[in-house]
Amino acid sequence: MTEMTETPLNETLLNEKARIGAPSIPGLTEEGESLTPLEPAETTRPQSASAPASPLGGDAAKGHSHGGGYGIPDSSRAGRLTSYTLEDFPAIRGTEEEWRFTPLKRFGGLHTAALDGAAPAVAVEAPEQVRVETVGREDSRIGSAGIPEDRVSANAWSHFAEATVVTVPAGAELEDRVLVTLTGAGKAAAAQHVVVVAEDGARAVVVLNHVGEAVVSENVEIVLGDGADLTVVSLQEWSDASVHASSQQVKIGRDAHLKHIVVSLGGSVVRVTPTARFAAPGGEVELYGLYFADAGQHLEHRTFVDHAQPNCVSNVLYKGALQGKDARTVWVGDVLIQKQAEGTDSYEKNQNLVLTDGCRADSVPNLEIETGLIEGAGHASATGRFDDQHLFYLMARGIPEDVARRLVVRGFLNEIIQKIGVPAIEEHLTEAVERELAAGDN
Amino acid sequence: MSTLEIKDLHVSIETEQGVKEILKGVTLTVKTGETHAIMGPNGSGKSTLASTIAGHPRYTVTKGSITLDGEDVLEMSVDERARAGLFLAMQYPVEIPGVTMTNFLRTAKTAIDGKAPALRTWTKDVKAAMDQLRIDADFAQRNVNEGFSGGEKKRVEILQLELFKPKFAVLDETDSGLDVDALKVVSEGVNRAHAEGNMGTLLITHYTRILRYIKPDFVHVFVDGRIAEQGGPELADRLEDEGYDRYVAGAGAAKA
Repeated sequence: MTEMTETPLNETLLNEKARIGAPSIPGLTEEGESLTPLEPAETTRPQSASAPASPLGGDAAKGHSHGGGYGIPDSSRAGRLTSYTLEDFPAIRGTEEEWRFTPLKRFGGLHTAALDGAAPAVAVEAPEQVRVETVGREDSRIGSAGIPEDRVSANAWSHFAEATVVTVPAGAELEDRVLVTLTGAGKAAAAQHVVVVAEDGARAVVVLNHVGEAVVSENVEIVLGDGADLTVVSLQEWSDASVHASSQQVKIGRDAHLKHIVVSLGGSVVRVTPTARFAAPGGEVELYGLYFADAGQHLEHRTFVDHAQPNCVSNVLYKGALQGKDARTVWVGDVLIQKQAEGTDSYEKNQNLVLTDGCRADSVPNLEIETGLIEGAGHASATGRFDDQHLFYLMARGIPEDVARRLVVRGFLNEIIQKIGVPAIEEHLTEAVERELAAGDN
Repeated sequence: MSTLEIKDLHVSIETEQGVKEILKGVTLTVKTGETHAIMGPNGSGKSTLASTIAGHPRYTVTKGSITLDGEDVLEMSVDERARAGLFLAMQYPVEIPGVTMTNFLRTAKTAIDGKAPALRTWTKDVKAAMDQLRIDADFAQRNVNEGFSGGEKKRVEILQLELFKPKFAVLDETDSGLDVDALKVVSEGVNRAHAEGNMGTLLITHYTRILRYIKPDFVHVFVDGRIAEQGGPELADRLEDEGYDRYVAGAGAAKA
């Protein structure tokens, strides 16, 4: 792989701690690096002669606790507008940071149209203990994990007629996975709402399987009670013409653990935005993703982990392969470690494998850290090419070209597949990846 | 007993300045059990010969032939050549993302032999070969060549040579960038493979240093895409003393 960047921030931050009491360094305080180096505090607030020389931190600290840039309210991830109301969000122009990669012309009107098409049909296979309900908009569990963070999510929120609520009761330990199949009902733009609740101490695997043809904006709420251990797998295996926006918001209780795996293979435009928030200390979240973009496909994933509680752990790993003309992928990973989130341990990484000419992979890891009292915070991104040199090397060892290509892609993506832990799904995905590769051979 | 026969080989590459001929008529025969050293100054075409034998797409054969036991090697694809028994230890082995050494070695062995190796003996063979080449056991779980040092990459090339058991091995400047200890380890690996008695070796090198550890039967000196001189091991000794100046000056004089 080339262009690897690694940032061992935990090291620098630990060094920071050692410097407490030492002469202050411009741009750095005992909380870590100041996120507002341009703050013109000195010009607006003359300092007394006895004050520390640094204009940063101390009385220059900004009013907003989440570290927004001075005069740029949403330069911090935490500064982003959230609302249940569509009208609160301005029309999307396509130049905004959060939309600049998305092909809005191909977005099926999810950001502009009234989403009153028929929602994908929901079928749930679940063990007996699991409660499966179809509820109206007024149900108290709607909105329990989060508030829409963008216009497309708010649009779905404004238009969904009924929601599916899947509840794994407190203490239940499921042997079998819960399979929620969402089958697209056609190309009329629609809204969908799904709530998955793992009550205190529950242990389960829930699969959201998106199939068929759809143009849909979806809100998925995932709520973990204290000590719950939940795996959620979101499979996007839509038809070639489908358009899918999926805001997946997670609330994690005390000492709870979520493994969240997004697999995007089918669809014309797929944009999944998982957001994880800790409601109490001691939680752990793993956000994994696998995507394989063919010619003309746009697969976009934007993860956000909001560390607002102390002693929580997060690990993000997204891996993607691209093959064919205008295959396009985007990964943007935001991690915010708020001032009070001491003892945080976080890491995020994205790796892409470009298999042919004509592809484009964007990868943007963002890390905001407001306290130095953490275990670790790191990010990495690497986009490598499978090129003629790799092929020559493998073929010079007797391996035929198609086997060589498969060997590389399978090995690369298997790291994610293996994390699912449900053999039937792992096998299914291994086959699906093989099919993607076979399609590229034509 | 096998024979690798190269006859009047002309090879050119495309450059920005147009087509450039690099090999200008090379004839060479290697038989099982023989070690041939190909020596010569930089740019004389040694590595081009190695890559052409392996079938690298950058090189175009414009004239001449390469045959393995009478079979036309130039008609074969890169992987077919490897399966026919040719092995190139590369000068610059590439890193292969996403493929572990274990997986790679087993896949290649299966491709070359036409059947999967017996799991129990294979694992043992790999481990023993790695030990002998002083390759750390945890390399087996790492991706092919990823993050390996120059010396480690060369040792891994020789590991493959020992495991794949080719009819002919072409070692393209395997000695470059190795310290004395690594050079010995690598040379011992080549000698072990050779001692099995089923392999011929084409050893391409700029320096005579490796010839202290791997004894050639024949030495060929490449200058400007041709064999300028050939002889026995004593020729290597002479090169050690005199260098390539004599040939290079001669080539220059001939052109003038």
